[in-house]
Amino acid sequence: MKKLTQENAPVLEALEKLKQMRIVPFDVPGHKRGRGNKVLTEFLGERCLSVDVNSMKPLDNLCHPVSIIKDAEQLAAEAFGAAHAFFMVGGTTSSVQAMILTACKRGDKIILPRNVHRSAINAMILCGAVPVYINPQMDKTLGISLGMSIKDVKKAIADNPDAKAVFVNNPTYYGICSNLNEIIKMAHANNMLVLADEAHGTHFYFNDKLPAAAMRSGADMAAVSLHKSGGSLTQSSMLFINDKISEGYVRQIINLTQTTSGSYLLMSSLDISRRNLALRGNKIIDTVIDLVEYARSEINNIGDYYAYSREKINGDSIYDFDITKLSIYTRSIGLAGIEVYDILRDEYDIQTEFGDLANLLAYVSIGDRPRDMERLVSALSEIRRIYKKDSTGMLEVEYINPKVVLPPQDAFYTNKEESIPLDKACGRVCTEFVMCYPPGIPILAPGELVTSQILEYIHYAKAKGCQMTGPEDMELNNLNVVTEK
Amino acid sequence: MELWFTEKHTPYVQFSIKIEKQLYAAKSEFQRIDILESREFGRILTLDGYLMLTEKDEFIYHEMITHVPMAVMPHARKVLIIGGGDGGTAREILRYKTVESIDLVDIDKMVADACRKYIPQTAASLDDPRVKCHFEDGLKYIRHHENEYDLIIVDSTDPFGPGEGLFTKEFYGNCYKALKDDGIMVNQHESPFYPADSYAMQRAHKRIFESFPISRIYQAHIPTYPSGHWLFGFASKKYHPILDANWQKWKSLDIKTRYYNPKLHAGAFALPTYVEDIIREVE
Repeated sequence: MKKLTQENAPVLEALEKLKQMRIVPFDVPGHKRGRGNKVLTEFLGERCLSVDVNSMKPLDNLCHPVSIIKDAEQLAAEAFGAAHAFFMVGGTTSSVQAMILTACKRGDKIILPRNVHRSAINAMILCGAVPVYINPQMDKTLGISLGMSIKDVKKAIADNPDAKAVFVNNPTYYGICSNLNEIIKMAHANNMLVLADEAHGTHFYFNDKLPAAAMRSGADMAAVSLHKSGGSLTQSSMLFINDKISEGYVRQIINLTQTTSGSYLLMSSLDISRRNLALRGNKIIDTVIDLVEYARSEINNIGDYYAYSREKINGDSIYDFDITKLSIYTRSIGLAGIEVYDILRDEYDIQTEFGDLANLLAYVSIGDRPRDMERLVSALSEIRRIYKKDSTGMLEVEYINPKVVLPPQDAFYTNKEESIPLDKACGRVCTEFVMCYPPGIPILAPGELVTSQILEYIHYAKAKGCQMTGPEDMELNNLNVVTEK
Repeated sequence: MELWFTEKHTPYVQFSIKIEKQLYAAKSEFQRIDILESREFGRILTLDGYLMLTEKDEFIYHEMITHVPMAVMPHARKVLIIGGGDGGTAREILRYKTVESIDLVDIDKMVADACRKYIPQTAASLDDPRVKCHFEDGLKYIRHHENEYDLIIVDSTDPFGPGEGLFTKEFYGNCYKALKDDGIMVNQHESPFYPADSYAMQRAHKRIFESFPISRIYQAHIPTYPSGHWLFGFASKKYHPILDANWQKWKSLDIKTRYYNPKLHAGAFALPTYVEDIIREVE
């Protein structure tokens, strides 16, 4: 058999072959290549529906890959420098959860920064792992949490020698990286695994102007959102492991929660995107870097706004910065990032990734055109001209050090729970999540103490227009807490 | 041989012109450019298959996009044309001897060069010493100018493709900023007739209306544009398009026009009821 190269795309090739075979489908899905759902076919296109098919011998099976999916995963592993790759169809949420469920059993400790995505804490609710949070450093001016300081990681490891793993954001939503190599060295020296959340780091693997990629640096597992900077379809993702992790065990973990009807639309998009990145990634990412660098300099020339970059690097909590991230500090025009985000969409028909209380993040990738960047820059210039106001009186965002009273699982599944008005919750232990989405980093997680500082933050974020998600009460007028005896 | 140029005015309506020969075809960084020779309309410029101008009827468009604001502001000295790489708009402005300089900003130099070679009727103006051509993104250019121009003419292509950015609120807002305190902006405003064009027209008006204290629409009849009924926008910081027209001054300039005249100027702002309705909806 011919050896496969990065030019191949086994899933794509198998689907193309399947189309030529003109198989009569007496299997699911019931739309039968779209014929049974004309409106959907007209909307999505016949080509799309014709490959929305079920696992079958020529197409392999995601739950137990032995042929084309196995080949495609192997090519992905090679492209990303891993021992093995798993195609994931439940978003990077499923990849992050598979990492934690692989590393931790009930009662096991895991060291992680508090600014993790909710999927990491969700995994702890599922498996009963106990978080050891590291206080990520905070940039006071920008009001964003940063990476983990090496001395904090060292202390957490020394204080918790029984911890099973260290979890790292590589990078954060804002593009900030911790000293990954040093963390890996320390963790491995203490027999701990290193799990990397690379939801925002796919492109790190394909361009040397960017921060270190986790698998290439020796991390044990990495969850990589190909659908973000990699160009695949929403909800597709990849999980990578090195040769110290059992492929078979990870697959069992994945199969605990993953669908048995993996979508070939998602899988083919992963396969095609991997091929594209492997063959052309370097050049594509160079183009993205040029576009973002141009935008940063234009935005910084407008005045007041601050589009930050590598000059923020401090050797520790900002060990490196992803220059493809276009994060813009907006408080200097008297507006919260979320307010600029809303104006951009409502007034200028420009949708950005998210705004927080002080920053706006525009996601720039493979698909952006210079003329669209001109629109963003011009709109920001106009927003400053029209809306600029005094910035005094805006909330100074500070890191809220969570007080973990109960492990997330114990709090979430407690049978001593009551719903009380949010403002009465001060001093109580929360049993659910509260977060702004995006970015989806919890303000409160199950098991954490509610403080007046947290309540002030929630009220301020709500008033500025942040979408608060997580709690059972969608309006967040009430909060679930542990009953007092 | 039967050689025809066909443009789809809607998915269900097409407009065709018999072509004698194709003079030029090229693909620039931004679009496909063709120049065709026809018996009925003379030479024709198309971009991405959309007809931009013909030698026969370009005078209507170019007179209406220039003389209407110039009659209100015959004292304009500094003029900016965004788009207009074919040179027709610059040609009409150059007829005003008191205009000191015209900055022409078009994203695509290849269009200007092709027109220089094949359609000198409009593009000869590009080589006039009072015209300075800048080949760059109009949205980028305008962002860097403040309180500088008396008149801005937005001679754009359609609101899809490379001209998209010239129909946005950020663009109109930046034009407002680039104009002097009594400045005027006139723009190519699409057609009210077919639904897709009409929707673009309404959105553009909404955005201009939000950006300028005075915002009015006027019309012309252009045989080769979809439906033949075409609109222009007149947005201004100070001058009313009819009440502030300086007829005496304009007449004294003795500019010979084929379509435009003072009576038509006032009449052009009288719109059909259905067009008024579309506009009112967003005011």
